Amino acid sequence: MNIHEYQAKGLFREAGIPVPRGIVCRSVDDVGRAYHELGSAVAVVKAQIHAGGRGKAGGVRLAKSRDEAVAHAKALLGSTLVTHQTGPEGRRVGLLLVEEGLKIAKECYAAIAIDRRRGGPTLIAASEGGVEIESLPQEKLLKEPIAVPDGLFPFQARAVAYGLGLKGDSARAGADLLTALARLFLAKDCSIAEINPLVLLEDGRVLALDAKINFDENALFRHPRIDQLRDPAEEDPAEARAAKFNLSYVSLDGNIGCMVNGAGLAMGTMDIIQHHGGAPANFLDVGGGASVERVTEAFQIICDDENVRAILVNIFGGIVKCDLIAEGILGAVKATKLKVPLVVRLEGTNVERGRALLRDSGLPIQTAADMTDAAKKAVEAAR
Amino acid sequence: MSILVGAETRVVVQGLGSAGQFHARQCREYGTKIVAGVKPGAGGTSWEGVPVFDTVRDARAATGADCALIFVPAPFAADAIGESAFAGIPLVVTITEGIPTLDMVRAKSILKETGTRMIGPNCPGIITPGAAKIGIMPGYIHKPGKIGVISRSGTLTYEAVWQLSARGLGQSTCIGIGGDPVQGMNFVACLELFAKDDATVGVVMIGEIGGSAEEEAAAWIRAHLKKPVVSFIAGATAPAGKRMGHAGAIIAGGSGKAEDKKRALRDAGVRVVDSPADLGSAMAEMVR
Repeated sequence: MNIHEYQAKGLFREAGIPVPRGIVCRSVDDVGRAYHELGSAVAVVKAQIHAGGRGKAGGVRLAKSRDEAVAHAKALLGSTLVTHQTGPEGRRVGLLLVEEGLKIAKECYAAIAIDRRRGGPTLIAASEGGVEIESLPQEKLLKEPIAVPDGLFPFQARAVAYGLGLKGDSARAGADLLTALARLFLAKDCSIAEINPLVLLEDGRVLALDAKINFDENALFRHPRIDQLRDPAEEDPAEARAAKFNLSYVSLDGNIGCMVNGAGLAMGTMDIIQHHGGAPANFLDVGGGASVERVTEAFQIICDDENVRAILVNIFGGIVKCDLIAEGILGAVKATKLKVPLVVRLEGTNVERGRALLRDSGLPIQTAADMTDAAKKAVEAAR
Repeated sequence: MSILVGAETRVVVQGLGSAGQFHARQCREYGTKIVAGVKPGAGGTSWEGVPVFDTVRDARAATGADCALIFVPAPFAADAIGESAFAGIPLVVTITEGIPTLDMVRAKSILKETGTRMIGPNCPGIITPGAAKIGIMPGYIHKPGKIGVISRSGTLTYEAVWQLSARGLGQSTCIGIGGDPVQGMNFVACLELFAKDDATVGVVMIGEIGGSAEEEAAAWIRAHLKKPVVSFIAGATAPAGKRMGHAGAIIAGGSGKAEDKKRALRDAGVRVVDSPADLGSAMAEMVR
């Protein structure tokens, strides 16, 4: 789960990680007042959306006067910001964070993420910040494994602080900041905690100029306060609706709606559609226990996507029986008054009974012999 | 004739809720030796003729169980893993989905300390066809045979198994290693065992986007494996930054892409198919 920068900075502050003074604003008037309240000659107006690349997209603007701050607020609030992470549809800006301007001596990078190779969290830092971390060569990255539940050991924090080029009191401040970041990561079950840039100010202070936190969805049950930071406006409505029914759904650009059981087979189905010249409209995993209710809801979500020209259902009924799935499909087809061609590929337990049910239903359903046949039929139907 | 599990494997089931009971029953019907159940507070009772114990230690002492099958709900699953590891169970199969990542990190350090092997979490389990099914996969699609299967995905594995069975190749052992970012055995650990298993003449390896386990497997295969490998990587069409169901299936920061994995595997001499429907036929050509 993602949260906004201002929320992440709130958690940083609680964790003892220094951040710039800032005020969250919902209106143009708020921004004018915030500029005065901050009292710094230069203020930074930052659009709050759940996506990186805001700076390049014009979502982060400097203001040297109240009027300038207000003008930025007018331009940004309610506008749609398109960054390389939002997709072409962009994100609507509903909130701004206005922060004090600071005199920056040096920009660095620090983040903690799960390193799968090690099977644990790892601190990654670089003395070049403000850039895409992926673009930095491996040898420029400082890496320290984080022990669970101990966190970063003092020698590790010192080593990274020195590695970033920090000296004296600044090195101590940097080490403290990194230690606090690791503590926060472990305490709140983060999956990513990123500071880009981590800055050294001209006065020697070290602070987090930006803040990005991602949480492990599986651990939210033990962090009710974090769960409340969720911003429904930032979530794809179809994906949020699917999540309510325990369906895993991701909307894509194509025109063949997919309903599959199992994440791997769902991805494989998307791939085979493309392999045969089509384009999937979505990823949709109905899960192992594809009940009638879930199948119906899944159909409804697929049908509500205006781009869908054909639907491909690919179910490998292992534990779930094919005849039950067929009944679910028939119920859903009737309930949703399906208007586009439907191709169904069933395999597994009771497959003959399942296929017979579909065939004898009198509904316009094409059955497929195998995955290849199903993909070809769906691609043809969507043309 | 197989790896990790066989007809002699003695299984203790942790987590006898409705799903655990259902699948334990299915495993037993397949012929798996389910020798014990563990349910704190229910020690001394029995479940369908199987003795139930308060702790795994008790279960192991009384029944000689050497494999734990875990269905314990996610918030408590890491604890169950640790319990089995410290009780001396050499192989743990964790089916549970949705275990917090940091819980798994802790569990993994226990597994390392005790030298316990684990399959999963968030996986279908392991099966040696005709001998033992320790997991939630449909048993009947499997046929005893000569191909090893390793997969990060569940239903996609069934697809591959189905194709292998239909072509008369069958499977020596099939392992679903699961789709989570922190897991027990990885591809390389399974490949090492298949390399040494005389009954396995070829390996089907099903990967997916996210992480670098496939690249690590490619490097290992290139250096060590003489047996033919056929592979499919799911998620070639998945957009970056979107999680595809599995917690581990995400293309993040330019890494974890299907094309990179495919290239690494091809460079290692692996036959990579672009359609999952071609796994069986490709393997049939390789081992003919």
